[in-house]
Amino acid sequence: MTFKQKGWKEIPIAGVCWTPTTEYLTGDWRTFKPVLDPEKCNKCLLCYVYCPDGAIEWKPEAEEIEFNYKYCKGCGICANECRQEAIKMVLE
Amino acid sequence: MAVAKQKVLALNGNEAVAYAAKQSDVDVVAAYPITPQTIIVEKFSEYVHNGEVDTEFICVESEHSALTACLTAAATGARTFTASASAGLALMHEILYVTSGCRAPVVMAITNRALSAPINIHCDHADSMVERDASWIQIYAENSQEAYDSTIQAFRIAEHPDILLPAMVMLDGFFLSHTLESVNVLPDETVRKFVGTRKIPLVRSHEGKLVPFKLNPENPVTMGPLDLYDYYFEHKRQQEEAMQRAIQTIKQVHDEYWKISGRRYGNGLIDPYRMEDAEIATICIGSTAGTTKVIVDQLRAKGVKAGLLRLRTYRPLPSKDLTKALENVKAIAIMDRSHSFGAYGGPIFHEVRHILYDAPTHPQVVDYVYGLGGRDMPQTLIHEIYKDLQKIVKTKRVEKPVQFIGVRE
Repeated sequence: MTFKQKGWKEIPIAGVCWTPTTEYLTGDWRTFKPVLDPEKCNKCLLCYVYCPDGAIEWKPEAEEIEFNYKYCKGCGICANECRQEAIKMVLE
Repeated sequence: MAVAKQKVLALNGNEAVAYAAKQSDVDVVAAYPITPQTIIVEKFSEYVHNGEVDTEFICVESEHSALTACLTAAATGARTFTASASAGLALMHEILYVTSGCRAPVVMAITNRALSAPINIHCDHADSMVERDASWIQIYAENSQEAYDSTIQAFRIAEHPDILLPAMVMLDGFFLSHTLESVNVLPDETVRKFVGTRKIPLVRSHEGKLVPFKLNPENPVTMGPLDLYDYYFEHKRQQEEAMQRAIQTIKQVHDEYWKISGRRYGNGLIDPYRMEDAEIATICIGSTAGTTKVIVDQLRAKGVKAGLLRLRTYRPLPSKDLTKALENVKAIAIMDRSHSFGAYGGPIFHEVRHILYDAPTHPQVVDYVYGLGGRDMPQTLIHEIYKDLQKIVKTKRVEKPVQFIGVRE
């Protein structure tokens, strides 16, 4: 778990989020992680568009994408969509 | 507060429920008609059409949608009401859990009807009994008067900030829903004052501040999101806590209502009839209690120490009150108007007998499954049950703990 777990007397009812859901780091669900080969990447950003978790960021200074491993669940959609085969799924 | 001056109206059970909802200042009604509940929705839509209520009436395409609309309206802080029965309630099954899980205090009237197949529109309690685990408060009315009274009380119980659980008020299909009765109704003002406006408690939001527990863009909150093995259990534990608290709240609301109406049903949880020194007793829910009281009187006139314990609130189950009320009874017959196929008797039998396992005394307990699909429960059969109980007391022996009564061999 990614943050200290509370008891039933301490949390709000009805599953109301008492903390931003971004504090729930879903990256620890991952089995395979996406790894970029910058040589093959043509910066088309298809992976950025397809990522269902918003876990791919565009870094304008570096002109490169970056995976946010705190949230990336390792679904592999980015690797599947990449026309350049620039993303490989690697066992953690 | 003094008892309010009331007028007597000739209403059937469904009309009595609709009248109660009309007086309870409901904001949203979403419902889908199904026999024998239809009159409730029909009557309420007339009130809307005539401008007698300030209610948003949502026509939906199914019961699944009806309850979803009520749940979401309730989540915005609205007072909501719906009604269903049988297959309609079964179609709501998924959303029943979502409603209680989101702690949305929807009030729903159920006109009890058998479940298909074979198709049957008449009364038994299979439809609501199957939903006993859904974290809804369940109140069973004995007559149309009580259906009216219980509907009004249900809003106060469900919406109580310490409870926030949805509530079902059950009335027997046709026996009550379509039978004209003299019903005492309170003045509109008295009911409106009794139910009041819905009080919204505060809850800590994701922004770390205390905000009203309702959906509102100004103070956004998220209800019922993904909740896995790390927190789901804690949220369910909270629901059980609310259920246990409801035992006290149901009594309080019931007593407060007694003061304004002059009517009470036992302590709001159990309604004992001539139980003080009873040696034999039956336990039932719903309209059968009315007939059983006649039999109890007949037996008492002959010197038989017979009593009846009507279970008014099935969820939460008033285990302590039941134990206390049954402590001096030697033999008890449970009357179940539904059956759990393959189980050892019907649902009320399971639970009452189960409670008595921890009781200081262990009376003999037998089960009679009766009246499925609206089969009549005549006085003769109830007499037979009491005769069996007398025999059990004499022989100290139970020959058949689970029986089906009123069915042809």
